[in-house]
Amino acid sequence: MIQRIRNRLSDNTFLLFITICLFIAMYIAGIIIYRDNNFGRFQVFLNLFISNAGLIVAAVGMTMVLITGGIDISIGSVVAMTCMLLAWMMENKNIGALPAIIIVLLIGIVFGLVQGWLIAYLKIQPFIVTLAGMFFARGMTAVISSDIISIKNETFLAIANAKIYLPFGGYLNRKGTMVYPYLYPSVIIGIVVLILIYMMLKYTKFGRSIYAVGGNEQSALLMGLNVKRTKLKVYVLNGFLAALAGFVFCLNTSGGFVEQAKGFEMEAIAAAVIGGTLLTGGVGNVIGSLFGVLIKGTIETFITFQGTLSSWWTKIVIAALLCFFIILQSILVFTKHKRRKAIT
Amino acid sequence: MMKVKQVLKRVTKHSLFFPLTCLAIVLIINLIKTPTFFRISLNNGVLYGYMMDILNRSSELIILAVGMTLVVAGSGGTDISVGAVSSVAGAVTIFALVGSMSSDTYRMPYGLAVLLGVLAGMVCGAFNGFLVAKLRIQPMVATLILFTAGRGIAQVITQGFILYVRKEQFKYLGNFIPGVPIPTPIFIATIVVVITVLILKKTALGLYIQAVGINSKAARLVGLNSTLFTFLVYTFSGLCAGIAGMIITSRVYSIDANNAGLNIELDAILAVAIGGNSLSGGKFSIAGSIIGAITIQALTTSLYAMKVTADQLPVYKAIVVIIIVMIQSTELKRMVKSLHHKFLCSRERRWAK
Repeated sequence: MIQRIRNRLSDNTFLLFITICLFIAMYIAGIIIYRDNNFGRFQVFLNLFISNAGLIVAAVGMTMVLITGGIDISIGSVVAMTCMLLAWMMENKNIGALPAIIIVLLIGIVFGLVQGWLIAYLKIQPFIVTLAGMFFARGMTAVISSDIISIKNETFLAIANAKIYLPFGGYLNRKGTMVYPYLYPSVIIGIVVLILIYMMLKYTKFGRSIYAVGGNEQSALLMGLNVKRTKLKVYVLNGFLAALAGFVFCLNTSGGFVEQAKGFEMEAIAAAVIGGTLLTGGVGNVIGSLFGVLIKGTIETFITFQGTLSSWWTKIVIAALLCFFIILQSILVFTKHKRRKAIT
Repeated sequence: MMKVKQVLKRVTKHSLFFPLTCLAIVLIINLIKTPTFFRISLNNGVLYGYMMDILNRSSELIILAVGMTLVVAGSGGTDISVGAVSSVAGAVTIFALVGSMSSDTYRMPYGLAVLLGVLAGMVCGAFNGFLVAKLRIQPMVATLILFTAGRGIAQVITQGFILYVRKEQFKYLGNFIPGVPIPTPIFIATIVVVITVLILKKTALGLYIQAVGINSKAARLVGLNSTLFTFLVYTFSGLCAGIAGMIITSRVYSIDANNAGLNIELDAILAVAIGGNSLSGGKFSIAGSIIGAITIQALTTSLYAMKVTADQLPVYKAIVVIIIVMIQSTELKRMVKSLHHKFLCSRERRWAK
């Protein structure tokens, strides 16, 4: 029986399967442990999405980059720069919300273009290039302004605080009125990005060539794929997604400051790895990354519900999970290697 | 004439040419901006001056860069956890000394506490080494675990407080020993460098690490235990991070788990890159990395002197990194060469007409 399931699931989906099981197990455990605190409410589940919408967008972009065998550690700083730019343009320069958002997204694309060119065409290690990008964006945030700017633009706040009520999953409160769970537009953006990138990776030529390039660059080249251009496109798209993640992040925080979103890139990488993306490239799935983000959110929710634990435990638990999944990956790759050897 | 050209070529081809040029550029810019840059004066029995400051501040960076050089050489990867590990080491030492309350009396001998801290660094390094060498995980990813968890662990040790050691002797390691005009960190850095170089030169270890870094499979076939060398290299990097952690905590006689050695891993990697070491492993030069570390500290100090705030500093560092990697890129050289070739061809064609 187990063998049959094991055969049907390839190694990649097996990792995804473990992640989903882990998430469900954690969530059920949460419902049982914190049943007095209404952990089981649908709204608590939706809050996972609300507080991590930006991370979902960023993790989707990161997954794509990791599939090509690269890495992008600049996105945390790009998010901070985006938030700061948005706040600065709207508050200090009186630029409307819509133009500001468009400018910010364009800057993200340019940022991705430069990094992508250096990585794809000059063949500099992605880690070093994006390290420089990380420095640059973080520094630029401080150059724009070293103050904390909070956004008071009405259009922007209207978008940020528009509650979208769901027609189901409500509960009766003490007064006997039905309270329906709600979402913010940021979540919608996150989900739409997730679905679009999922479709792109699965069904378009570009998406398939990303996997091919990550799997084996030499073979992809011999197959006639334009490896350099594919990589460039991926980094450009990732730059755009990082800026979009910044916008979504900003919808939640409504402000910009220099130290914002520190360690965001590591959270995105951790989410992707927990979701079954192989860091050697060629294997990965954005759905897995979504679950990676949700697991991180669940740990945070546990810690808030517990009340006495400090926030640094999140870091430790995430690192422990990361460690577990990385070791699991390495074992899977190892056994696969062995199996292949046994066949030949 | 030919001889001058040959000499020039030999000078520019030398492995230390690039890092020394970088350092020279930074220093010359400084000299133009502040003419008193090289002046060193004796105040209160202690040496003062920009140069002393740069050397003093670059000590921990030099120590980390030495460890990082070996990691890069032996595994072709980087250890991004060193900053977090030095924070852990500092937290362990201070916790061992004063417990979870700031205080002015030691609970145990100072030497033992320092030993414990350095040992904690080594254990972290060994953990990284185990993941990279034994489980064959990419270095960046393996060290990502401690990068994420390290500061959390340090927080758990200090229980989220900033712990102070209010004792004069504790400051000696990171500042001055009374009666000695040169800052103590410089001595420590020198000792670490000398011991490392002696071990690498007097034994075949340096050669082995290079062999493993160039091609670990080939090294194994020759009979070297590549797994062991990779493991050792990471443990050594952890040891260096532990020593650096001692200096960092002693400088401010306290441990702030969130900020001790923040972003120092990036500077250490940068130092290795400026030192002319290839980041994909293999041949390495400790001297280059040391010059790289001093260059970065000189850059940082001079930017501070030019009234650049700490937040804005990364912009300049980023520009420097990009320029350096572009200079080192063989791909760019080829591009320029092909452009030049095209230009020559078109000129010839024009002449032919």
